[in-house]
Amino acid sequence: MPKIKVKRASTTIDMTAMCDVSFLLLTFFILTATARQPEPLPVDTPASTVQIKVPDANLGTVTVGGDGKVFFGVAGPNVRMRMLERMSEKYSIGFSQKEKERFSLMEGFGVPIGNLKQIIAMDNAERNKPGLQPGIPTDSVGENPSQLHDWIIAARYATKELNNEEMRVAIKGDSKEQYPSIKKVIDILQGQKINKFSLVTNLRTEDYGD
Amino acid sequence: MAELNTGGKQSPRVDLTPMVDLAFLLITFFMLTTSLAKPHAMDVAMPDKDKENKDDNLEVADNRTLTVLLGANNKIEYYMGQLEKPLDGPTVVGYGKNGIRPVILKKMKEVQAATGKGLIVIIRPSDNSNYRNLVDILDEMKIVNAQQYMIGDISEPEIELLKREGVY
Repeated sequence: MPKIKVKRASTTIDMTAMCDVSFLLLTFFILTATARQPEPLPVDTPASTVQIKVPDANLGTVTVGGDGKVFFGVAGPNVRMRMLERMSEKYSIGFSQKEKERFSLMEGFGVPIGNLKQIIAMDNAERNKPGLQPGIPTDSVGENPSQLHDWIIAARYATKELNNEEMRVAIKGDSKEQYPSIKKVIDILQGQKINKFSLVTNLRTEDYGD
Repeated sequence: MAELNTGGKQSPRVDLTPMVDLAFLLITFFMLTTSLAKPHAMDVAMPDKDKENKDDNLEVADNRTLTVLLGANNKIEYYMGQLEKPLDGPTVVGYGKNGIRPVILKKMKEVQAATGKGLIVIIRPSDNSNYRNLVDILDEMKIVNAQQYMIGDISEPEIELLKREGVY
């Protein structure tokens, strides 16, 4: 009896092309990657048609979200360290060298300066738990300006000293945030004669609305 | 003579499957950790306000000023000129390309034709408007290419007006 010959198709596929493509993509992503930093106060920024990118250096970011909580962060570890030194002089709270170094690695923070030591002592995951940090006080106490005001001043001086450039201020607000809490931050900025600042937004097309 | 059969006829193919697996795993990782969309910055200039002697009594012609009040529920109320005797409005509109944009474009044309100067837009956000509204209206100024606009504080009669129209 004649045998029926079943032609065996090979099950191996040539993977070379696929490998090429995937490594090309991989290279692209590695080169464009800037690791996303975990944020202590995640906000949903509103969209606009503006095309200008946020600068990387000499930038102080005031984040407003979660019912008026205000967080502050500056670009550059050296600037942060110098800023903390200025603040510790002003509020006469001493920080050890270790604490300063740990602080210089923090992207942003949102606690009254009295509680800053506890936050510095925590590790990254613990620190960025939502709801842990109550926000920087924005109200002035008697004659003294608010702590946010002092932080921004300290950051501006530190930027000027180290980089010899003016610090730009960006406000990164949550789109659902009520206007008065934004107004408070704008007033603090205007209180130190910063009349020009940036609002951080996402991108969209012109045809929004209904 | 005895020949060494060291598999000279074997195909030089290497199985690339694990390599592809690894590459895709890494791609996935980098895609998820990358923030490709870098945020954008909208520049805002506020009027200087530390002059104590004059509050905000900037004298501008009534027929050139359009006041835009930002109310609650994503609504805008606008009027032309002064609140007591508005030249146009007050009217409630929404945001976007079918809301405030045609209004501003029309006013810009009218003012340009009537006075030969540009329109001045005064933006007054109320306490019940949110941050997105502020960004939206500033963006609108950029889109219609309005040259003169400012952000001011809302006054009591204007809040009354918003309340009357039910957008506060």
